[in-house]
Amino acid sequence: MSAPAPSMYSPAAQQRAAALGLRTGRPNLEVFAETVLELGRQDSQVLVVTSDSRGSGKLVPFGQALPKQIVEVGIAEQNLVGIAAGLGAAGKRVFAVSPACFLTARSLEQIKADIAYSDHPVTLVGISAGVSYGALGSTHHSLHDLAALRAINNIDVVVPADNTETRGAVLAAHEAAHPVYLRFGKAPLYDLPDLGGGFQPRRARVLREGRDVAFIANGETAIHALLAAAELEATAGLSCRVLSLHTVRPLDDEAVLRAAADCRAVITVEEHMVHGGLGEACAGLLMQSGARAPFRIVGIPDEYTVTGSQADIFRHYGISMEGLSRTAADLVATAATRSGQ
Amino acid sequence: MLRIIKHAGAGHTGGGLSALDILAVLYNRVLDVTPASMGDVRRNRYVQSKGHCVEALYVVLAERGFFPVAELDTLCQYQSHFVGHPTRKVPGVEQNTGALGHGLSFCVGLALASKMDDIGSRVFTLLGDGELTEGSNWEAAMTASHYKLDNLVAIVDHNTLQITGRTRDVCSNEPLDEKFRAFGWQVRDVDGHDLAALTAAFLDPPTPGLPTVVIANTTKGRGVSFMEDVAKWHHGVPDDAQYAKALEEIDAALAGLQETAA
Repeated sequence: MSAPAPSMYSPAAQQRAAALGLRTGRPNLEVFAETVLELGRQDSQVLVVTSDSRGSGKLVPFGQALPKQIVEVGIAEQNLVGIAAGLGAAGKRVFAVSPACFLTARSLEQIKADIAYSDHPVTLVGISAGVSYGALGSTHHSLHDLAALRAINNIDVVVPADNTETRGAVLAAHEAAHPVYLRFGKAPLYDLPDLGGGFQPRRARVLREGRDVAFIANGETAIHALLAAAELEATAGLSCRVLSLHTVRPLDDEAVLRAAADCRAVITVEEHMVHGGLGEACAGLLMQSGARAPFRIVGIPDEYTVTGSQADIFRHYGISMEGLSRTAADLVATAATRSGQ
Repeated sequence: MLRIIKHAGAGHTGGGLSALDILAVLYNRVLDVTPASMGDVRRNRYVQSKGHCVEALYVVLAERGFFPVAELDTLCQYQSHFVGHPTRKVPGVEQNTGALGHGLSFCVGLALASKMDDIGSRVFTLLGDGELTEGSNWEAAMTASHYKLDNLVAIVDHNTLQITGRTRDVCSNEPLDEKFRAFGWQVRDVDGHDLAALTAAFLDPPTPGLPTVVIANTTKGRGVSFMEDVAKWHHGVPDDAQYAKALEEIDAALAGLQETAA
């Protein structure tokens, strides 16, 4: 019998979540599978293509309900993407589903040439992304996918933070005229508060308003940024803005620039290597716009991760309420010292 | 084709010449695609997996009326949409190719969609024999037989040469016929310069439930004596004297054919 994975949230973080009135949601992956089943029932052109991944993709119910709308290609990710492109070219609305680690590395050339360069409106779905597979190790981690796909023209890269964003992103992908990459983890998540608008394609979602520190996060890290914001306000009197910047490409430039203009410091948070992902996308934008806000990128540093569950790995690299609160306090203090305040 | 390669100063001469008869048969006898039919989801499809031999495709598409032949003078020129590998910016091209080992999977997707929608369209792709060393082809080959895609035809331009030399010396992927049979395909072995044999191989009804591979035995550099079966013409561009000699040989062969026909 294996021990249960340590909780993603410390007792203090759980208390903070309770104080914010956050309700426990479900894994984004389940919401993806449920939404795509709903779409498949409405639209017979919707197809799911899997590489022996229907179980891990929570797509067994889809296969049972709509057996003619699921295409299995076996353990062959390059083939998965090539076939998805062909089906898309023939007018099908394809969701090609495979673990993010394999989908965006093994099949990268197919993504580039067959889908993006050839411009077929296929949705690639990277499941169990980031360090979702935890102690299974770095073969199974996708900490490169945002960087790799950001460097490829003509594909939206979307990392939903909660069930609301997941559902919105899947519905938007079904309507998209061009390629989309959706990235999902499998941890049960809190549903995040919304200051209006819900999921809007290519637009940051504001989770909390504030003027001292701006957290720009996405995916399964966004909740930790939100908890840190609440913690910093309660313990240090810092008011923090939190953006769920689910779409890494194209970036919501206006939301990022506004955050840097309104706040004294900017911290990005992502379940990705610190190279090439959300943080560097924001850094590049801010640098070129002339913004000079104190800035930190929180993610996985340039190393193969420590062994552990997703929760262990998050905590180890400071992706937690406590870790992000410390990073923010340090950044604000350093900025104050430098400016002589 | 030689004229546009000469004009561009770039191109895949050897493989283009080995594939030209195959393309001519497909576009004139088999596919029944025209500029007007490109919007029809029921059209037959051709995808050139060996994308580097794009010049052969361009000249055949031009002759089928997809664009004026004169436009090919812009091949590989600044801002031309006639790129050195196929792109969908060119009318008639179904898929951007050039990286090898992509066309067959894409065609499995097309053929599967045709089966799902029961529209009867057939799907053809041209592979190089050297290209078949790419493992993704064999992933696609397995899937094609698994889904019984008898509307799919893979054509191998079996000229036995790749850029480095003989395919069997570089990294042998022979015997291709036995490999495809083992992967659940029907194999048709033909002279890739025999127009009647190619036509029959493409049009004869397939064995129900089996995808078809047509192994077209060809000669790289076909039709120009000093280019035939010489690996360096893979992407060699003739100089002025070679170009004149090549045209002379081709014109003589054409005249001979016309005489025979008369």
